[in-house]
Amino acid sequence: MKFGVVVFPGSNCDEDIIYTLQHTLGQEVVKLWHKDTDLQGAECIVLPGGFSYGDYLRSGAIARFSPIMEKVVAHANQGGYVIGICNGFQILTEAGLLPGALLRNNGQKFICRNVYLKPQSTSTLLTKGLDPDKTYKIPIAHAEGRYYADQETVKELHANDQILFKYSSETGIIDEASNPNGSLENIAGISNARKNVFGMMPHPERAAEEALGNTDGRTILEGLVAQITA
Amino acid sequence: MKFIAEIDVMPLKEILDPQGKAVKLGLRNLGITQVEDVRIGRHITLELEAADENTARQLVETACKKLLANLIMEGYTYKITSLA
Repeated sequence: MKFGVVVFPGSNCDEDIIYTLQHTLGQEVVKLWHKDTDLQGAECIVLPGGFSYGDYLRSGAIARFSPIMEKVVAHANQGGYVIGICNGFQILTEAGLLPGALLRNNGQKFICRNVYLKPQSTSTLLTKGLDPDKTYKIPIAHAEGRYYADQETVKELHANDQILFKYSSETGIIDEASNPNGSLENIAGISNARKNVFGMMPHPERAAEEALGNTDGRTILEGLVAQITA
Repeated sequence: MKFIAEIDVMPLKEILDPQGKAVKLGLRNLGITQVEDVRIGRHITLELEAADENTARQLVETACKKLLANLIMEGYTYKITSLA
């Protein structure tokens, strides 16, 4: 599988995800500059974390008008895979590829710490291979991660099995105490209805090496690679 | 003709505004306890060239809908004045 990692001015997790995909998971990776207009044959596009365009106006709002995004949207509309992590998730919602929006954390602060995720959807590629009874320890690092959508949209997310992860306790309890940022229903990641576009606030690429003391993120990304290439 | 559009983008009423909440607390600490609610948004001014006010209005509408506001979480209002 050939992955294309988009680099926007202000992206800062691009090298981490490239390293993980290339060295840890042995995949082919190309870097795509935001001014590029060619996906170079990449089959799965990754929008990495960071602060694209300085988060000006709203996180992800300006990035979606980058020349490369026109191609990314077309790729997604043709059924191609796209995954957005953190700022990448914000860009995907701003671009209308994923429903809802990511608002400022209810506690106002930037949160950088490990959280636990409980896989939800059993029909999407990103979570299909995961153990639904387990929790995965993954770091978050964001100020605007409070997932919000209107009631109608949330109903649809449930009906189509589009919720990827919910924030939970280590033992898997999903409640207010395990919700780091005030996200609606503890939602940490979603897919589109067609299930080829994924977005999540937590950073699996930051938990993909023994040297980092945590490989839960590798398990998630390995699962995705295995499902996509299956 | 030159026009100035003054745009206010505000978080929707049903959405919690943590910034407003924090500032309300600050006002309380300042002794202004009469403030019942604070909501914080963004004020944007655009200087633009258009044939007439109607055209200017259409441009501003598009700018608000497509970029300046995210209608999932925000609403917008604006005032257009011509620069004589």
